[in-house]
Amino acid sequence: MIRRFKLVFGALAILLPVMASSPAFAVNPDEMLSNPVLEERAREISKELRCLVCQNQSIDDSDAELARDLRVLVRERLIAGDDNEEVIDYIVARYGDYVLLNPPLKPETYILWASPVVLVLLAMLAVFAFYRRKKRDGSTASASLSKDEQARLDELLGTSKDIGKSE
Amino acid sequence: MRFSIAVIPLVLFAALAGVFLLNIDKDASVVPSVLIDKPAPEFSLPPLPGRDHGLSRADLTKGNVSVLNVFASWCIPCRAEHPLIKRLSREASVPVYGLNYKEKDPQDGVKWLDELGDPYAAVGMDISGRTGIDFGVYGVPETFIIDGNGQIRYKHVGPVTVEVLEKVLMPKIEELKG
Repeated sequence: MIRRFKLVFGALAILLPVMASSPAFAVNPDEMLSNPVLEERAREISKELRCLVCQNQSIDDSDAELARDLRVLVRERLIAGDDNEEVIDYIVARYGDYVLLNPPLKPETYILWASPVVLVLLAMLAVFAFYRRKKRDGSTASASLSKDEQARLDELLGTSKDIGKSE
Repeated sequence: MRFSIAVIPLVLFAALAGVFLLNIDKDASVVPSVLIDKPAPEFSLPPLPGRDHGLSRADLTKGNVSVLNVFASWCIPCRAEHPLIKRLSREASVPVYGLNYKEKDPQDGVKWLDELGDPYAAVGMDISGRTGIDFGVYGVPETFIIDGNGQIRYKHVGPVTVEVLEKVLMPKIEELKG
């Protein structure tokens, strides 16, 4: 009983701090818009935009000063009446496609978008070729013995026959 | 047939090695600016406290090549590059303008220039950082070269070094002066 209590207590000791801690939000309450629909759109847009200081975080996640400024800017544009696309275009016009965490499909990015498909196709081709070759090699190997192998086989079989006869 | 398959890994390795070799000098954190060869954005910034002239787009379209250096007193690399900005302003014979980016206190920029020397023909104070965003600034210091028509022709991200000054900025300025 005491043992079980210890186990439960131990598990709680480990889990509680994890459960109690809420995820850290980079978005400060004072940045948020009072209009929940606009705020929701702002969050959506912010998740698509790369923070150029930290580069692999979205501006929604980042605590960088520039990310904060861009979040505020996104909200200003929304209040000014821009639709989501216009807000994103506004930022892209200043920072380029690089701010988009999801790269757009255009001639410069065809290779980027096509490469996973091409690589999977190549891999499938390689596997297919490998098995076809293996099958072919396997059938030829079993079909013919070399002269030496045949002679050795005959000798072994012949010997055993001889043994059988002598009995 | 056997030979051609055996060669594939070797070819792939050579191709990868080639790609890596071509990119070994590139700094992945430097993002190419989309504003190159585009007109400088419209802006009008107030002067530093106690000074008469701020900075606006009109200063960049006077018909001569100019340099715009984005700096801040809180920015350590700016301190490191400052002697070279002074040298640039002395030797390039083009106006070097300063964009004082996001100071917490307007006096900070003034104190910083009083301490280190002021190479700028004019300084605009961008407290909100909005003009910085319009210029696509993402890491101070940044240095723009702007032609006489107010078009951005070059941007250097990060502190100017002796090498950048002598091998990149000065030749570019000379080229644009024609």
